[in-house]
Amino acid sequence: MKRSKKALGFIALAAASALVLSGCSSSGEGSGGGAAGSGIITVNNTEPQKGLVPADTTEVGGGKVVDALWEGLVYYDADGVTQMGVAESIESDDQVTWTVKLRDDAVFSDGTPVLAKNFVDAWNYAANVDNAMGNQYFFSVIEGFSETEPVEAMSGLKIVDDHTFTVAATPDFPDRLGYSAYYPLPDVAFEDMEAFGQNPIGNGLYKLDGEDAWKHNESIALVKNDTYVGPREVANEGIDFKIYASLDAAYTDLLANNLDVLDQIPDTSFSVFQEELGDRAINQAGALTTTLTISENLEHFTGEEGKLRRAALSMALDRDEIIDVIFEGTNIPATDFTSPVVDGYADDLAGAEVLEFNADEAKKLWAEADAISPFTGTLEVATNSDGPHQVWIEAVANQWANNLGITAAPKLYPTFQAFLDDREADVVGGPFRAGWQGDYPGAYNYMQPLYYTGSSSNHGFYSNEAFDTLLDEASRESDHDARIAKLNEAQEILLADLPSIPLWYQGTTGGHSESVDNVAFGWNSVPIFNEITKG
Amino acid sequence: MLRYILFRILQVIPVLLGTTFLIYFMVFAMPGDPVAAMFGDKVPSDAVLERLREQYNLDKPFFIQYLLYLQGIFVGDFGMSFSGEPVSEILARTFPVTIRLAVMAIIISLGLAIVIGLFSGLRKGKLFDNINLIIGLIFMSIPIFVIAFIAQFGLGLKLGWFSPTVGAGAPIQDLLLPAIVLGVSLYATSMRLTRASVIDTLNQDFVRTAYAKGLSRGRVIPVHVLRNSLIPTITNTATDFGILMVGATVTEGIFNVPGVGNVLFNAILKGENTTVVSFVTVMVLIYLGVNLVVDLLYAVLDPRIRYV
Repeated sequence: MKRSKKALGFIALAAASALVLSGCSSSGEGSGGGAAGSGIITVNNTEPQKGLVPADTTEVGGGKVVDALWEGLVYYDADGVTQMGVAESIESDDQVTWTVKLRDDAVFSDGTPVLAKNFVDAWNYAANVDNAMGNQYFFSVIEGFSETEPVEAMSGLKIVDDHTFTVAATPDFPDRLGYSAYYPLPDVAFEDMEAFGQNPIGNGLYKLDGEDAWKHNESIALVKNDTYVGPREVANEGIDFKIYASLDAAYTDLLANNLDVLDQIPDTSFSVFQEELGDRAINQAGALTTTLTISENLEHFTGEEGKLRRAALSMALDRDEIIDVIFEGTNIPATDFTSPVVDGYADDLAGAEVLEFNADEAKKLWAEADAISPFTGTLEVATNSDGPHQVWIEAVANQWANNLGITAAPKLYPTFQAFLDDREADVVGGPFRAGWQGDYPGAYNYMQPLYYTGSSSNHGFYSNEAFDTLLDEASRESDHDARIAKLNEAQEILLADLPSIPLWYQGTTGGHSESVDNVAFGWNSVPIFNEITKG
Repeated sequence: MLRYILFRILQVIPVLLGTTFLIYFMVFAMPGDPVAAMFGDKVPSDAVLERLREQYNLDKPFFIQYLLYLQGIFVGDFGMSFSGEPVSEILARTFPVTIRLAVMAIIISLGLAIVIGLFSGLRKGKLFDNINLIIGLIFMSIPIFVIAFIAQFGLGLKLGWFSPTVGAGAPIQDLLLPAIVLGVSLYATSMRLTRASVIDTLNQDFVRTAYAKGLSRGRVIPVHVLRNSLIPTITNTATDFGILMVGATVTEGIFNVPGVGNVLFNAILKGENTTVVSFVTVMVLIYLGVNLVVDLLYAVLDPRIRYV
């Protein structure tokens, strides 16, 4: 008995210490991944949702890395202006067939040259529905694309020689080419796309710092790509993307000088960050617009009655007050459906006064609508509560209640998924929050996907023939000013119909540590990494 | 005794089947389509969504999905996360970090609890005891995220004694601050249990007998009193370990610890069935294992307890 007791104690202790040891065993390895070498800038990031394949990257966490690893035919500079990247020229006589000529000195970071086939193969792969790439729909502008049938090779793509290919596509096609979906892929990618996504090889300013540089949920280490030849210069040695679960932790690290660049200030620190960071704080206009969309099929919001109610709801909102109180002045009130950082932004459109606060007029319009058919019950304004939106949605509901004398209340969805489901099924039952970040800095991209009849993200189910025609004409227009004029005209139709109510452009907020300089943010709210200097 | 241990291990099987099924069902029943949510406001074509659902088995009925998942586990395949990493690798990367943090927190909490609890019990009703009880009460009633934020801001950011967040690889020195926060937030309950038990034991006959035999205080207190007072504390520690496995989510978020809590939280938000269920399964296993160890430790502390 005595012996069994001792044995028992031994087993228990052995088991307990095994637990402890298993916990401690791997402690030695990781500490090398931090901000080791000088000249490597550390930047906050979130874990990419999927493997780092450009055509499959649809969110910011992966997008930042992909944009650093690749260079497309063109790129957008800090002002959102298109500049030539791998392309030497993109020309067309008829705005339908485009001839793309490549620089002959561009190479992937593994040393293989960037040829016409690298673009054509990558695009055909991405457009083939069988490969289920998140950005597949982006290739719908190219001739021969099919959304449902697997197409091995699109008829609109033809290789002329090693450095030339032609594309039969829509007229706005060249504007889009800076977007990550259009990056080229080296031949090795097609052998095993899943493995490639974990250890991608690009042709950009940076490359992965060796195999397994992507430590999931911890960091992604990039170093300067010395094989890069091209129009841009890199002023630092590399980028260490640190993955944070919360922006608050990242902000704390910025204050403690453990992080060089933070590209978004957590909303809990809006009121203090300019004071805490001083001239290291950044606050400028961004490409993300926030709107309240109202389905065209919602009772009381159709026809003439709907027009009146939509205008009333828009004019009953004091955007400045919400921005001041809730966003601490980091957002900019909307004057159109695009964003100040894109080509085609306007603040003097006819009918834009519907976006200005005017409680008396709002009340009058609402009463006129009630005369057609009285609105009873509660007007619910919907959002998901797993993001930072609940506070301002409540403010919107309060302002409607106060300024229109109706009952309004927030409708909260527990998750973004559930919210999206109801939006797509058209059963939200009231105005709902929507946001749009442009894929490229052009006004067309802020209207076509959202308001064109039957478009993928047209969650308000808006349809207006005159609007569609104007967009079609604008996309075929080769003269820049004439195109913008058409787009402005289209926006004026939107202002009259208000399929969604533009609220504000989300500001770009950020900051940097004392050890880096030259921090500027591009049109898409992402810092221009290659220009940042350190040490 | 071996029969007992074997029996306990066999018990794990139905518990595991039950929990995986329940968790799988709950994640499955969560509203929203995880595949559509990958794209946010930008909606890909239906065909692409269908292909993705196929890839993650989301197009199949619930039971088939669950059986496919179970089948995978039997050959050691826990499936893939959306970002293309095998779930088994995520498990292998995050669990050591969280266990390390939990063990550090337990050591801190137990150390505080046993030392302070013993002295408090020996000086029952004196000034030390009263002050200690008040402090314990305060720590029990402050929510952990408050302690965490104050510690991060004060000790980490302002004084610079600790790293305010945990860096890559989660080295021990970075984990110190979150471990202290967790330890401090947990110690009060164990301390009160130890104290009460010490007071109780001091009044037992065998303690009086020990003194009467002429044994010194230095022998009676550690060997006779403390040893007999530790059973409730040890039991509570097992519960604490369970709490730490799951409940460290808040702390892990604040200190950016690349551990279980963070990954699990994100996986739930994304609706990644395979990741969530695998994580919970491993948590259940650890919890059961710790409980077994604790049950065996009883026999060491109290010879009257035997397992047949």
